[in-house]
Amino acid sequence: MAPAPDRVVSEPARPKGRHRAWDEVPRWQIYLPLSLYLLFTLVPFYWILLFALRPAGSTSLVPWPVTFDHFEKVWTERAFGTYFQNSVLVGLATLVMTTLVALAGGYALARFDFRLKRAFMLALLCSQFVPGALLLVPLFQIFANLRMINSLGSVIVAETVFQLPLSMILISGFIRNVPPSLEEAAWVDGCNRFAAFRIVVLPLLRPGLIAVGSFAFVHAWNHFLFALMFLSDQSKQTIPVGLNTLMSADSVDLGALAAGGIIAAVPVVIVFAFIQKWLITGFSAGAVKG
Amino acid sequence: MAQAAAVAKPPAPPRRRRASATPRRLPYLLIAPAALLMLGFIAYPVLSVFYYSLQNYNPTKPWRNGYAGFDNFVQAFTKDPQFWHTLTFSAKWVVVEVGLQLLFGLALALIVNQTFVGRALGRALVFSPWAVSGVLTSAIWVLLYNSQTGITRYLADMGIGSYGTSWLSDTSTVFPAAVVADLWRGVPFFAILILADLQSVSKDLYEAAEVDGASRLKQFWHITLPHLKDAIVLSTLLRAVWEFNNVDLLYTLTGGGPAGETTTLPLYIANTSVDAHNFGYASALTTVAFVILLFFSMVYLRLSKFGSEDK
Repeated sequence: MAPAPDRVVSEPARPKGRHRAWDEVPRWQIYLPLSLYLLFTLVPFYWILLFALRPAGSTSLVPWPVTFDHFEKVWTERAFGTYFQNSVLVGLATLVMTTLVALAGGYALARFDFRLKRAFMLALLCSQFVPGALLLVPLFQIFANLRMINSLGSVIVAETVFQLPLSMILISGFIRNVPPSLEEAAWVDGCNRFAAFRIVVLPLLRPGLIAVGSFAFVHAWNHFLFALMFLSDQSKQTIPVGLNTLMSADSVDLGALAAGGIIAAVPVVIVFAFIQKWLITGFSAGAVKG
Repeated sequence: MAQAAAVAKPPAPPRRRRASATPRRLPYLLIAPAALLMLGFIAYPVLSVFYYSLQNYNPTKPWRNGYAGFDNFVQAFTKDPQFWHTLTFSAKWVVVEVGLQLLFGLALALIVNQTFVGRALGRALVFSPWAVSGVLTSAIWVLLYNSQTGITRYLADMGIGSYGTSWLSDTSTVFPAAVVADLWRGVPFFAILILADLQSVSKDLYEAAEVDGASRLKQFWHITLPHLKDAIVLSTLLRAVWEFNNVDLLYTLTGGGPAGETTTLPLYIANTSVDAHNFGYASALTTVAFVILLFFSMVYLRLSKFGSEDK
């Protein structure tokens, strides 16, 4: 009779312990696949760093002694300095235009009911399926008629247009998350619509706008085809086109290619490191609600 | 003074009236810039593609230009083996890429959704290729696949592959080589989409299942997967469209080669229009691509139940 209470006490404890071991994922099932995947992810990054930092002709698997010759060469001889400037210009201009236009449109979609709204939403969604690559010829003709061929303006406009639908959907989602009563309170206090928006809503939108703006910047920075097709002067080209030139050169200079690739990656890495947490929330909001 | 006040006063009521009346016109004013840009640079070009698909239009051969009827389409479907090859290759590319991305992306998302030591760093590292562009991905893999100094050489030492061959210039290896390069960047993207949705599964469900003694596999099958179903279906469709449309990677990695082996339909269109200046024919091919995309977007709209619930 004496052991009975003992069993009663130990019984709830034992299944609990067993339960945890049973239901929690064994550590190796996390770390083993993760390390394998990590290897697949990181080896290519290591490889490009290796080629960029070790002297030409070296076959060492460790970039030692480190040399910055490749960077210097790419920056000056291969005109990456100019490409970099152009890319910054295209990226920033696309960022500003996309954010402003999408902010206006997103506000309309979030706060008003109007007759063409349904049609406009449908157009937004459908235009996400329209690839810029397929519209190269008519776009080229339009920009030729506007005398914008071989000017960065053509690339900025094209990047903005193809960035707009997603940006507007995201921004209207963010605005919907701001209670309208906040704005209405500001109207009562004597603000007009615009002032109320600027004082009350805009500060709350900042994380969302940062996410959308950086999307636009990164897209414009990375995208390749519009710049390749609309810009013919080498001095007008952007970084991705410069990289492509390095790849398709007859004798591929691997050190230069690697250094050029790293130059291309730096701004994107900075942007992503800066905004990572907003990006994923902004993204899920857009993916789920869009 | 009185006059000034009288002058100043009348504008006030109309302004107030306008303030209440503006909402009628204001939304249109607000969407106008976006609408104009999209009309001018998406809608109009799409329409002009349809127009040119019925024309012989080649700026380098102006004497042949003019109305062509459906000649371009007949040419494509009956006399152009390259067109059929690009169609089948596009299908193969999309199915293999999206299928593998879904598989690995789901696995990766499930792994990094667990709690473990170093999770934040692990996530950041495995997701990092997502930020890399198509052209940069190509540059990296060109370095890796280089026959002289690439990783292929070291793999040959270990008995994988052989010396001196570049995987990108051999018709038997170029497809898997390109697939792996695109997976490197595509899997993290897919994993992020799935992870975002994974985090919204209520923990209570798992706890309830645990009390009922359901195994982890069963929990995955009966709780996780049904919850993810919509997100998986929609992101798979979007990915399929994206992989179909994406030109950057293959253009720069293989240039569609060797011997047209890795040319997708959009890549073929770009080559036909930009290099061969055969705009009429390229427009017809684009129209075919649009029909394919239209099918995908109809399925998407249907499945996303667009317009049935949102305001």
